[in-house]
Amino acid sequence: MSALETIERNEEGFLVHPADWTKELAVEIAQEEGLDELSEAHWKVIEFARANAESSGASPTLRQITNGAGVPTKELFKLFPKGPAKKVAKISGLGKPEGCV
Amino acid sequence: MKTFLILGAGTGGTMVANKMVHELDPQEWKIIIVDQFESHYYQPGFLFIPFGIYNPADVTKRKRDFIPPQVEFVISDIEVIEPDQNRVRLAKENRVINYDYLVISTGCKIHPEETEGMVDGGGWRENIFDFYTIEGAAALNRFLKFWKGGRLVLNVAEMPIKCPVAPLEFLFLADWYFTQRGIRDKVEIVYATPLPGAFTKPRASSILGDMLERKGINLVADFNIGSVDAGANKIASYDETEIDYDLLVTVPTNMGSGVIQRSEMGDDLNFVPVNKHTLQSDQWENIWVIGDAGNAPTSKAGSVAHFMLDVIIENILRHMEGLNPLPKFDGHANCYIESGFEKGILIDFNYDVEPLPGKFPLPGLGPFSLLQETAANHWGKMAFRWIYWNILLKGGEMPFESQMSMAGKWA
Repeated sequence: MSALETIERNEEGFLVHPADWTKELAVEIAQEEGLDELSEAHWKVIEFARANAESSGASPTLRQITNGAGVPTKELFKLFPKGPAKKVAKISGLGKPEGCV
Repeated sequence: MKTFLILGAGTGGTMVANKMVHELDPQEWKIIIVDQFESHYYQPGFLFIPFGIYNPADVTKRKRDFIPPQVEFVISDIEVIEPDQNRVRLAKENRVINYDYLVISTGCKIHPEETEGMVDGGGWRENIFDFYTIEGAAALNRFLKFWKGGRLVLNVAEMPIKCPVAPLEFLFLADWYFTQRGIRDKVEIVYATPLPGAFTKPRASSILGDMLERKGINLVADFNIGSVDAGANKIASYDETEIDYDLLVTVPTNMGSGVIQRSEMGDDLNFVPVNKHTLQSDQWENIWVIGDAGNAPTSKAGSVAHFMLDVIIENILRHMEGLNPLPKFDGHANCYIESGFEKGILIDFNYDVEPLPGKFPLPGLGPFSLLQETAANHWGKMAFRWIYWNILLKGGEMPFESQMSMAGKWA
């Protein structure tokens, strides 16, 4: 049984408790999102997102990631195709980005 | 004499000025409001201008006419806010205003130049238009009048945007407009949005998505625009999907005011960090933020500024008395969505409760149907312009509470 199955998640697949997050879970969630492997560049973004959420209490927006983690937007879309902000938040064990209102 | 300073005389700032004159003792307090422009626009009306339903004069009045006479109204650019010194520097006559309390209501506006090739590629106001400025809406009206048809692409650049339902209303009205003109069969309507669906909240998104389908509007979801190729009439996303257009209508990146950036008080989009329940600045206790200038994760819309009003006034008055602010703002938003053919939809939601179907009880006028197309909702929307100028801006009583109610909703 995968570690992910024992973790509480909401209907969109976000962790209910960010504290449950581990690197192993991140790898499993990434696979669900179609990312077979997490490279160093992925981890740099994930670590930035975790640190950002710790200080601000919210998932980073696309712009916060590109400005804060120093990853150009185009690159970020290559790393996390389609909706990077949402994917980064999900894989990083954070809530859905609040920009979506 | 103490100074209560308001920056920005749009919907939020004007309402605060009208409320505060009744709350503050004129022997003790001077109220000043600053804005760079003379004209007050009823911004929800911009949507109707491209389709000739309103003209620019219908949505424009003088700001001065809505500012109480006891309040000093200064027309000037704002150079910088110096929050640690409790002062603001204006461009006009290099005036410096020292304040005791500051309300920031500097709003947000569009920045089409944030998208590569949008403004500098040669197509701007030729076959690329916005409808979030009065000039853009009027230019689009002139273009549409003589357009013979083709592929209309409406694109939202990035979230958040002012009034997140406006793009949908534009699409519904476009469908109606081209039908009226007898050329609907010659116009293909495409909606390219960075959102995963028609709207931000799941239940409304599915209902509104079905409506797009019924009206023959093609939805391209998860489309994050990276650049415009105006020469080839194409837009491309960051992950290299391309969409051809004959007419591109853009809802560009929205950002807070330049003064927020110059004062280093904003986030990456120049929105001022604010406590989303008390509306007090996260950093300075005598600074308060109303409306779309702030980063509260709710809709950037006049109805939301209105629901913030009572909470912000009460909290400022409490703060003046040495009491803690109350976390009473719940993110309440209430939007009439014009859906074309003299019908409309109403949605009502907050931070925690997404838009739900049901009935919206409004004493005297309602009930209005929620998440359902009705003629009454259309007339509610049309009546709102009068309510805005005559009641809302003046801080008058509206027949509903600031906080969202579950009454009538089917949870």
